[in-house]
Amino acid sequence: MSAEFYFGIEVFLNGLMAGVMYSLVALGFVLIFKASGIFNYAQGIMALFAAMTLVGFQEGQIPFAHLFNAMFGTEMHHFGWHMNAFFAIILALGVMVLFAILVEKLILKHLVNQEPIILFMATIGLAYFMEGFGDLMWGSNVKKLDVGIPQGGNFWIEENTAFLGGENFYGFYLDTLDIYATVIATILVVSLVLFSQYTKTGRALRAVADDHQAALSVGISLRTIWVIVWAIAGFVALVAGIMWGAKSGVQFSLSLIALKALPVLMLGGFTSIPGAIIGGLIIGVGEKMFEFLIGAPLLGGATENWFAYMVALVFLVFRPQGLFGEKIIERV
Amino acid sequence: MKLKHALIAAFTGVCVATPVLADLVFPALTYRTGAYAVSGIPQADGYSDYFTMLNERDGGIGGVPIKVVECETQYNTEKGVECYEKTKGLGALVYQPMSTGITYQLIPKASADGIPIHSMGYGRTSAANGKVFPYVFNYPANYWNGASAVVNHILELNNGNIKGKKIALVYHNSGYGKEPIRTLEELAKKHGFELSLLPVDHPGQEQKSQWLQIRRERPDYVTMWGWGVMNQVAIQEAANIRFPMEKFIGIWWSGSENDVIPAGDAADGYKALALHAPGMDFPLFDDMKKHVYDKGKAAGAGDQIGTILYNRGMFQAILAAEAVKVAQKMSGKKDIGPAEMRVGMENLKVDQAMFSSLGLPNFAPNLEVSCENHGGAGLVAVQQWNASAKTWSLVSDFKPTDKDVINQLIAEDSSAYAKENNITPKCM
Repeated sequence: MSAEFYFGIEVFLNGLMAGVMYSLVALGFVLIFKASGIFNYAQGIMALFAAMTLVGFQEGQIPFAHLFNAMFGTEMHHFGWHMNAFFAIILALGVMVLFAILVEKLILKHLVNQEPIILFMATIGLAYFMEGFGDLMWGSNVKKLDVGIPQGGNFWIEENTAFLGGENFYGFYLDTLDIYATVIATILVVSLVLFSQYTKTGRALRAVADDHQAALSVGISLRTIWVIVWAIAGFVALVAGIMWGAKSGVQFSLSLIALKALPVLMLGGFTSIPGAIIGGLIIGVGEKMFEFLIGAPLLGGATENWFAYMVALVFLVFRPQGLFGEKIIERV
Repeated sequence: MKLKHALIAAFTGVCVATPVLADLVFPALTYRTGAYAVSGIPQADGYSDYFTMLNERDGGIGGVPIKVVECETQYNTEKGVECYEKTKGLGALVYQPMSTGITYQLIPKASADGIPIHSMGYGRTSAANGKVFPYVFNYPANYWNGASAVVNHILELNNGNIKGKKIALVYHNSGYGKEPIRTLEELAKKHGFELSLLPVDHPGQEQKSQWLQIRRERPDYVTMWGWGVMNQVAIQEAANIRFPMEKFIGIWWSGSENDVIPAGDAADGYKALALHAPGMDFPLFDDMKKHVYDKGKAAGAGDQIGTILYNRGMFQAILAAEAVKVAQKMSGKKDIGPAEMRVGMENLKVDQAMFSSLGLPNFAPNLEVSCENHGGAGLVAVQQWNASAKTWSLVSDFKPTDKDVINQLIAEDSSAYAKENNITPKCM
């Protein structure tokens, strides 16, 4: 086989890995939409906020230090410790649970029975609030995120596959971080599926997702379920924030990863966890292969963004509910 | 009732009188929020802090107080234009749009309003031709100087012969990122190197395809025209594929601390072009500390002082202040307007003696602006990142770029613009 053939396989594998990264973001959207019918515009900001909080704890940063310094003329910035990544992740998770409780108490509770568009707009407001709040709390500088996951091309894979394609082939390039992300995403999805299928709370979540009114009538607390769902979405956001933040540093642009999740959701459906995964893989592989085969050689490159949305639009035309989404039939 | 009328009159008076017409007004189109805030904040802080220092130490420029009017653009072109419209009536002396997109939109507007624009190291490159663009200045160097500086540096590293070498340009897929392509194509013809182009869409968070392509094609050098998160991701991806960092050279907008710190030790040796020196090892910072930082008057959080982009914002303010001094001297009046400011900018000369007197010895190369040349001498240096010390240092002098190629391109592009807009090239 020629080197070009193996390069194609390399692109395919990297597309799968990229797809997993997109799926991580899409999962958070699906969880909240499935349980409450809300398209959470703030999911990207949640990933950013979770990652900022994690780095803040790790580096021993004093929250709101800039604000205190400006108000009281102090010069405090750090507590002076460096926290272990594991404990920092646990604490950051605690903050995301607290965030979920506050969202329910301050926003969702007051919007029960409102139209979905009202809830959607509430999440837009939440996103802008969180954007400013996060900057105020942790500062807006780019932060290095290091939780001990290695990055860079995997030597072992490169060395052991270099013989395949002749002297112009250098072995398959696979980023170790992406491999970790794939394993973590797999564990996450399996855990979520097991949780929703085999636990009492999981069954309650599915009941709420199926029919709010019926779930309420059998004594399931909608408010508790919402807190749980937003807390789980916060956890997923933290995982996505760690994986994406390790690539680019933690900064505002991290919130824009939500843009990558939209075509995945349109393709996989807004209500399906497996859909988010399969959708992510299709988008990841599709955009990378298109760029490799057509985009870069024939169209000048940079085709990935529009190609992903084009694929999603085609799916919308033929299957509006996405690959795995629920078909909504409303009878008059 | 009388009290109510008096209050309304007083309030109206305050509104109308703000800012005081006698102030030297510098609108600052900043972006402290949004995707590019990380880069916008240090520039905005540096720009504001230098003017604050002049107010505190000297009472302004020539005794006239300075007023900086900040307007948030979020690096968004539409918002930038709104900011311009909102602030131009305040007596604006010069606009620093801090964005190529905003600069392009403001060129016809500001030219019609008679307010100069200074797009320092960005914006429309051919605006260096002052006969076509009398109100637009892009000194001390432009993108085409940058493209030539990259090639010159590679020539130096290869004993003047780069025939057959491969150079890849990774660029932000926008007007800004595309600016150097034509120059690089001309230089590729001249020096016989092979150029490959790799666009990256906004915001640049995902660049796997581009770096897999680089890994496949194995270029000898990679140059980058990036901004914001694109820079950080590109440097990390280059490290991931183990591309030699000393062969990776960014434009001056891809060479701040923010760009290299996220990649950690892997960014060691990365190079970028420089318009000025890095660091705080200049006497000027003693005055800044005494009159601004110690008094708690620093802009923003005060945590960007001495970074590359802070120094760049300060440099912009320094050149603006020096142009005001020239304008005041030439017009014979202290309270100048935009017309005098334009003349001041067009006659600006800054040499090493002047840099030393400002407390910035060897901070930047000599600069001389004229009607024919609004772009300055186009002298560019190369800086390199030391990851363990977390510092940038200059690894070359400020050197000239390929004027033969650049001037020809500027003449072609500016004359095309003049033709499209019925402008007769002339000195004002």
